Amino acid sequence: MKILVCISNVPDTTTKITFTNDNTEFNTAGVQYIVNPYDEIALSRAIELTEGGKGTITVINVGEAGNDPTVRKALAIGADEAVRVNAAPRDAYFVAKQIAEYARDKDYAMILTGRESIDYNGNQVAAMVGEFLDIPSISIIKKLDFDGTSATIEREIEGGKEVVTVSGKFVASCAEGVAEPKIPNMRGIMSARTKPLTVIEAVAIDAVTKVAKYETPAPRGAVKLVPADQTESLIGLLHSEAKVI
Amino acid sequence: MSVLVYVEQAEGKFKKSVFEAVSYAKAIADQQSTNLSAISIGDVAESELKELGKYGASKVLNVSADQLKTFVNQAYASVIAAAASKESADIVVLSNSFSGKGLAPRIAVKLEAGLADGAVELPSTDGKFSVKKTAFSGKAFAITELTSANKVIALNPNAFGVKENATDASIENFAADIKQSDLGTVIKDIVRATDKVSLPDAELVVSAGRGLKGPENWGMIEELAGLLGAATACSKPVSDADWRPHSEHVGQTGIAISPNLYIAIGISGAIQHLAGVSSSKVIVVINKDPEAPFFKVADYGIVGDAFEVVPKLIEALKAHKG
Repeated sequence: MKILVCISNVPDTTTKITFTNDNTEFNTAGVQYIVNPYDEIALSRAIELTEGGKGTITVINVGEAGNDPTVRKALAIGADEAVRVNAAPRDAYFVAKQIAEYARDKDYAMILTGRESIDYNGNQVAAMVGEFLDIPSISIIKKLDFDGTSATIEREIEGGKEVVTVSGKFVASCAEGVAEPKIPNMRGIMSARTKPLTVIEAVAIDAVTKVAKYETPAPRGAVKLVPADQTESLIGLLHSEAKVI
Repeated sequence: MSVLVYVEQAEGKFKKSVFEAVSYAKAIADQQSTNLSAISIGDVAESELKELGKYGASKVLNVSADQLKTFVNQAYASVIAAAASKESADIVVLSNSFSGKGLAPRIAVKLEAGLADGAVELPSTDGKFSVKKTAFSGKAFAITELTSANKVIALNPNAFGVKENATDASIENFAADIKQSDLGTVIKDIVRATDKVSLPDAELVVSAGRGLKGPENWGMIEELAGLLGAATACSKPVSDADWRPHSEHVGQTGIAISPNLYIAIGISGAIQHLAGVSSSKVIVVINKDPEAPFFKVADYGIVGDAFEVVPKLIEALKAHKG
């Protein structure tokens, strides 16, 4: 069984987010990049499903050469090979099209992504890849089992979960719970250097969105402290001042 | 040219987030000087469909095919795209719910449309069509221009509010073609905790962290939430330790929420946690450490032990409710 895992290169979760050029560009100065944490969950489940010679894993990233350390990190975690589509990721539509065209004539049993990238928070790529390939997609999954022919998947819904089965090829976006993220060991890190990383060119497609500007949330006013021995007055403040209860 | 809104039903009923999406779509239709149609898929009574008129939908397409009684992502996307073309809709709006997140990208590809998901405001239409959406997990917003002719917008719950706009909605049955290849997923089971408020679209949220010391101490959190009619949530260390389910984890790697009121109890306020809750309208922090970073982004704070403060709050709330 072959699994394709889509990897996004994102700022570390502790990054203070700032912008440059009149707030039109993300300020990359001093930013550490990581494998998108949800993509790590997807990759970790792929590793569990292929352990013991049951299959191989390809990771795919759409990005320029600067992403290679992140791609190597995915190889160190345990992917067998990597593909980088050599193009700046213009939007989710563009990225999904690249992934779909790469996967189209290959026999991946499943294509996994994280539930969203932590930069643009889209959760778009998985379902778009599914649509481009005309195969099912299941978004924001919490559990993934595969018996060799069909998958049983738990998907999050408001206030509960839905259990879904799917036979044949599919795409799924993974959330917490699918697997514990695996940490690369020394052997993984060493072997990642020699695992194949193939660079391919992008297919032509226009982006359909463009970020015109970024804004940061308006700062809040100073906190109003309620003394602990007057706790009950908080209820009054929330009722008559903040008007939220 | 018109606007189409997908109205997601759960067990034959529409939730508040659906009426909010309709209100939002109606405001866009007004911006564009056009009409708003809605599309409903599944078993929904006519009286419930009529409700959509209250928020500005002048027509409701109703799809009640047997194969589509429960959610099938691929087929629902096909039906919604077919409805968009039937209504000559160039803008499709839906709620950025769990199902909406699975549908919107597929609809966007079908319509070759730019997608703004996590929208928090009405589009600005001064020559360009731009939508403000959340980015960097709540640490920023991206003003995203949709450059395609067709557009799809997924609205974040609680971002716009429900606005009444009484219209008489005509109900029309819509017999969409259903491709067998669109029915690749089969639902085996649906589990819903019906006695609890669903977190992603909750207006009030009571959240607790490691300061609670153990899962056995959540009784008072649940009681406070119950009195408020609030959903319960937790921090990452709490769900990592399995004190609470992952579905309650809010923050950068959990879910992002924007309730009217977020009460954080015994949560220090790591940057990853703040990312997921910073768009809450009012934040209350209860923590015994006056230096907890959460106080810097709070509107109201109490420096005190959760085990003393929360029971007092519960008493005060009972008194308030009389």
